[in-house]
Amino acid sequence: MWDTEIRGMASAHAIIASSIFMATILPAILLEKFSVYGSHLVWLYSVAGSVAVVNIAVFWLLGISPPTKRHTLSHKVSKLVRSCLYFLLSCLFFHTVVVLYGAPLLESALETFSLAVLLSTMTTLRCLCMLGPNVQAWIRVFSRDGAMSVWDTSLQITTGCSVLGAWLGAFPIPLDWDRPWQVWPISCTLGSTVGFLTGLLVAPVWIHWHRKQLIYKSK
Amino acid sequence: MKRLPVLAFLVWVCALFYVGIFLFVGGFLLVRLEVNRTSTCEDVLLPSSAGSGSDFCHAQPRFRRAVVLIIDALKADFARYDPSNLSPRPYENKLPVLDELVASRPAHGRLFTFQADPPTTTMQRIKGFTTGSLPTFIDVGNNFASSAILEDNLIHQLGQAGKRVVFMGDDTWENLFPKKFHRSLPFPSFNVKDLHTVDNGILQHIYPTMKGDDWDVLIAHFLGVDHCGHRYGPDHPAMADKLTQMNGVIRSVVEHLQNDTLLVVMGDHGMTDTGDHGGESPKETEAALFLYSPSPLFPAPETKADPTVVPQTDLVPTLALLLGVPIPYSSVGQVLLPLFPLPGQAEGQGGGPDRAEALWINVKQVNRFLETYSSMAKDIPPDRLSELQAAFARVSAAYLSALHQGEPASPELIRSMQAYLSSVRDTCRASWARFHPVKMAAGLVLLAGACLLCYVLSELSSAVLAEGGVLRAPLVVGLCVAGCVAVAQLSSQGYVDVHWCLAAAAASSEVLFLWRNCRRSNRSSSSSQKGRVAPPRLLSAALVVLLLRCASLLSDSYVIAEGRAVTFLLCSLGLYVPLRLNWDGLLLPPPAPDSQKPPGALPGLPAWVVRREGAALCLSLCVLVGSLYLSLAMHACREEQGGTCQPSPFLSPLARVQDSRLRNMHYLLSVAALAGWTHLLYRWLRHYGNLNSPGVAVVAARWLLPGAAVLTGLHWAVGSAPEDAFRGLAELIRLAQSALPRAACAVLGLGAALLWLDPLTVFLKHRAPAGPHRAASAPPPPPSYRASIGISPQAELHHLIPQLYQRIRRSLEDGPAEGGAGEDGRPAVEAYGLGTVYSAPLLLFAGLLGLGLLLLHPESMAPAFLLLLLEAAALLHIHAACSTLYSQQGDYSKAFSVPWAPVVLWSLAATQFFHATGHLPTFPSLQWGAAFVGFPDGHTGTLLPATLVTLNTFSAHILFAVACPLLLFWPLVCEVRWNRSGRSGGGEESEDVIMEMRLRENPQQFSSALLQLAVRYLLVSGAQVLASVCAAAVLRRHLMVWQVFAPKLMFEASGFVVGSVCLLLGVTLILRVDMAVSGWFKRLLPDTSR
Ligand SMILES: [Zn+2]
Ligand SMILES: [Zn+2]
Repeated sequence: MWDTEIRGMASAHAIIASSIFMATILPAILLEKFSVYGSHLVWLYSVAGSVAVVNIAVFWLLGISPPTKRHTLSHKVSKLVRSCLYFLLSCLFFHTVVVLYGAPLLESALETFSLAVLLSTMTTLRCLCMLGPNVQAWIRVFSRDGAMSVWDTSLQITTGCSVLGAWLGAFPIPLDWDRPWQVWPISCTLGSTVGFLTGLLVAPVWIHWHRKQLIYKSK
Repeated sequence: MKRLPVLAFLVWVCALFYVGIFLFVGGFLLVRLEVNRTSTCEDVLLPSSAGSGSDFCHAQPRFRRAVVLIIDALKADFARYDPSNLSPRPYENKLPVLDELVASRPAHGRLFTFQADPPTTTMQRIKGFTTGSLPTFIDVGNNFASSAILEDNLIHQLGQAGKRVVFMGDDTWENLFPKKFHRSLPFPSFNVKDLHTVDNGILQHIYPTMKGDDWDVLIAHFLGVDHCGHRYGPDHPAMADKLTQMNGVIRSVVEHLQNDTLLVVMGDHGMTDTGDHGGESPKETEAALFLYSPSPLFPAPETKADPTVVPQTDLVPTLALLLGVPIPYSSVGQVLLPLFPLPGQAEGQGGGPDRAEALWINVKQVNRFLETYSSMAKDIPPDRLSELQAAFARVSAAYLSALHQGEPASPELIRSMQAYLSSVRDTCRASWARFHPVKMAAGLVLLAGACLLCYVLSELSSAVLAEGGVLRAPLVVGLCVAGCVAVAQLSSQGYVDVHWCLAAAAASSEVLFLWRNCRRSNRSSSSSQKGRVAPPRLLSAALVVLLLRCASLLSDSYVIAEGRAVTFLLCSLGLYVPLRLNWDGLLLPPPAPDSQKPPGALPGLPAWVVRREGAALCLSLCVLVGSLYLSLAMHACREEQGGTCQPSPFLSPLARVQDSRLRNMHYLLSVAALAGWTHLLYRWLRHYGNLNSPGVAVVAARWLLPGAAVLTGLHWAVGSAPEDAFRGLAELIRLAQSALPRAACAVLGLGAALLWLDPLTVFLKHRAPAGPHRAASAPPPPPSYRASIGISPQAELHHLIPQLYQRIRRSLEDGPAEGGAGEDGRPAVEAYGLGTVYSAPLLLFAGLLGLGLLLLHPESMAPAFLLLLLEAAALLHIHAACSTLYSQQGDYSKAFSVPWAPVVLWSLAATQFFHATGHLPTFPSLQWGAAFVGFPDGHTGTLLPATLVTLNTFSAHILFAVACPLLLFWPLVCEVRWNRSGRSGGGEESEDVIMEMRLRENPQQFSSALLQLAVRYLLVSGAQVLASVCAAAVLRRHLMVWQVFAPKLMFEASGFVVGSVCLLLGVTLILRVDMAVSGWFKRLLPDTSR
């Protein structure tokens, strides 16, 4: 049972990771004048979009999301609306945090918001897919004993890695190297993407390695 | 509690750090030996066969007299004239006279760019263009205590040659050349707000002097332009007025000139766009130099080969040879060739040497200096030296052979002489940037050792204090070793090098202490765990942040962006705290208790307490992040940051703000911040019942604190009034400007003194006694008194410590006290404010200190200080909430120990507010205005202004260091928040609400926790000093070392010294309070239990 779950997760992660690569390569082929640095926002939204689509598809197909008690249409609609609202709020939250960290307030606000969207896609969207619009559950997952399945653990790892990557991405900005990727917010988006990819890669390996120690309480 | 050992340990650790810093700085900062020989007329510099005679002092000089007009900070741009510029800025096109003279009489005058050597401070520049030598870094500090120049210089040579030098203007000259002038009219230079005194003084005297005949060289140093730059910046109408005035001065001086007189108009340095100077950016180093004479000055028309940029050292030999005096001994300058006639042309030009002769004199002089210097000091590399000597031999052979054959010197010869002079100067410049690597390494090792010692001490604080007398042996050994080293040095070298004595003492005492502890921990490791260095939890977040901070000091980009980098780290560590708590499952109340688990198995808190503490934590975090964000708006800009950075509008003093509405807004904001500062402190003290005591400390809180705030507000109002608004009241305003801040300072000082005198803020209330009662000690106050304080019944409930007396009585168990007052189960004595008996005086002291420091800042900085208070409070509350939440885990045994994270946060906050109060780790950004607060007319001494500027610069370090012990008290102060309400729930016993009295119950733990906290703070700041010392040592040949790393090292080290002294002050205050509390209990017990 362990192996199937881990294998399933690994393949899901592989699909998500390959979607990021596709989102980088496809526009480069299709669009003229596309480059990661030059038309950064295009790349960013293409990655964010593909991650979002693939995530939703994978988790909908795998059926990871918590079983709903009621199956009425209105319930589903309200859940969808709440999910969208939460996603938007999380974008605003990340935007605020990034600004508080020292990002420019007015100029390049669009870039900052795009970074927030990317971060939300990599963190909040996955939370929404796996746990539903339930903040209590989110907070619960991010504690030491809070994970209740391998998927929760992978969520911990990928989210942590994405945020950490974005944080580390801010480090090269003050350096006087005059590289194109030092422009705000390229290094941060690259950092969070790299962090996310690392998280996707590391999560199955780590879980496999520690499968003895991981004991999940039943819900 | 052990008071003296705590203090002794701290002083010892600080001393170790100081010795390390002292040693490193002694080896790092540049030193140049001063050659104390002087040139004389008898120096045979020209070969005897030359036509002008062997002793050139008595030969006919080219010019008999010279007028030197120094216009301080006359930037090169100011002197240029561009007729096509139709809408000039206030500093452009204001000196048309120079352009007119150059255009109309090109052979008589020429304008150059005058290249200053950094540091571009006035005194260094005067030294530079009178001695012709290069400055060293350490001289920067001398600008306050300008002392006489001992090296040979132009003024000395002029005096030797019998020229009458008349000086007027900036009194720096009088300090540099005491009694060297024939006549001198110095005017005070220190007050940068005063634009006109010096200039008007000069203008009164310069024309009568020039008309008279008792002068040969006239030096006039105008300061108006420089002061205008400091006060308003170059881009201000006042600058246009000042430059126009200077234009008129030059014009009329030119009219007064006679044919045998040379006119030199020059700036000593430039200025940045904010009007400051001191650094080495082109804007600061490029000054203007204008040379003119009514008789033709430039023998040949201007050619492409002629220099347009003249180094400042070159003025010395040029003036010396033009005026017919020997070139000063230590000059490494090069004569300015266009001023000298071509070989063979000399006859038509009056006296003086021609180009080849002038260069030859110059080459001989420089070579002689080089020989003398290299025999005295060994810092010029030998291979370079021999190259230079070979070059000199070639040049001299070529010149002498040309001379013997009677031919004029060839252009190649002239070029090779110039090349020789340039290479000597470059060699000197390179080798005077020399270091003492052994001292640097020793300092580095000592600092690292001190950091290690801090760590060991923080882990072993309780064991070390329990043992007692641990410090005696290291101190004795250290003293002995120092004595031995001194004796050895005396016998072998004949003098004592203080550096090495101190180093030996520090190192030996440190090693002995560490060795003994190591041995003891080995011994005790088998028997017990106590007294052993616990393995550190590696890679905790606080440690990572500290490491990142230290690593950032090794990169010039991060030092330049330090303010933002520190804010970033602080924000990260702050946000990490709740994430970590949540990860540990402590942020939220545990899920509904399992039925099978017996209640009370965990020392858990009630769910609502956890929820409340979590909310308090998040709220404090919001305050922290918010104040961090707002404080970013207060940052100043470094020169290196370029145009991307806009300096904060809060930085300029209000008098500079021209828009009156904006000024009023700023003023109101500042006053509001001031009121906020005072009110918050007052509220806190009142809330914890510290304002009821009859002691004098309460007087400080109730009257002196608000009084000083009011005086500060008034001072700002007076200071920010535009100068020309109230002409009639000028005298009154002047008086107020000096009296108000002094009064505020006096009030604050009085408050601090009262606080030290009697730091207790405890009010005793005797209940109506059941038995016989003697109301001798403290009579119950009249009821109106209580009403007037406005203490609500709720607050009253909060802050009495009713059971305290009973406890103490029980513990002391004095026999005859059995039938005391507390029979009915109710306490006989209630003590208001006893729960915050330690933190209240410290907080009050920090508040008074903060007001005093605010007084030294520009008015608009008041909001920054309010933010500082808010941030400090947020940090304290985060720490308190964290320790409450972590107490769920049950390790409450180490209750008083302050973990690393809050200490790192606290120390980072000090650095962050160094930037957020508008400071930068660069010398030009020092806020000199602080020296004039209360002294609008300047100073006579140098100690007081230096102190004021230091206090201003390191105010954030001072405040955070003094308030550091609050980290120990705050969790106890906040304990009441949940515990008291717990009592209302019925379950808890009210005995637990004793707040800081816990410390008195465990004096041993109290002293060890205090020592631990202080040592940890020292370690965190010391690690940053160590990092910047490493940066300076490793990157000493880096391009930016004098621009970035060396100033950063100086600021970091001075900040550490000031901060550690203030930490000692804060700890001493706590110990003083402890003494007072002990005395109070002694007085209380026999009295009421009788
Ligand atoms: Zn100057
Ligand atoms: Zn100046």
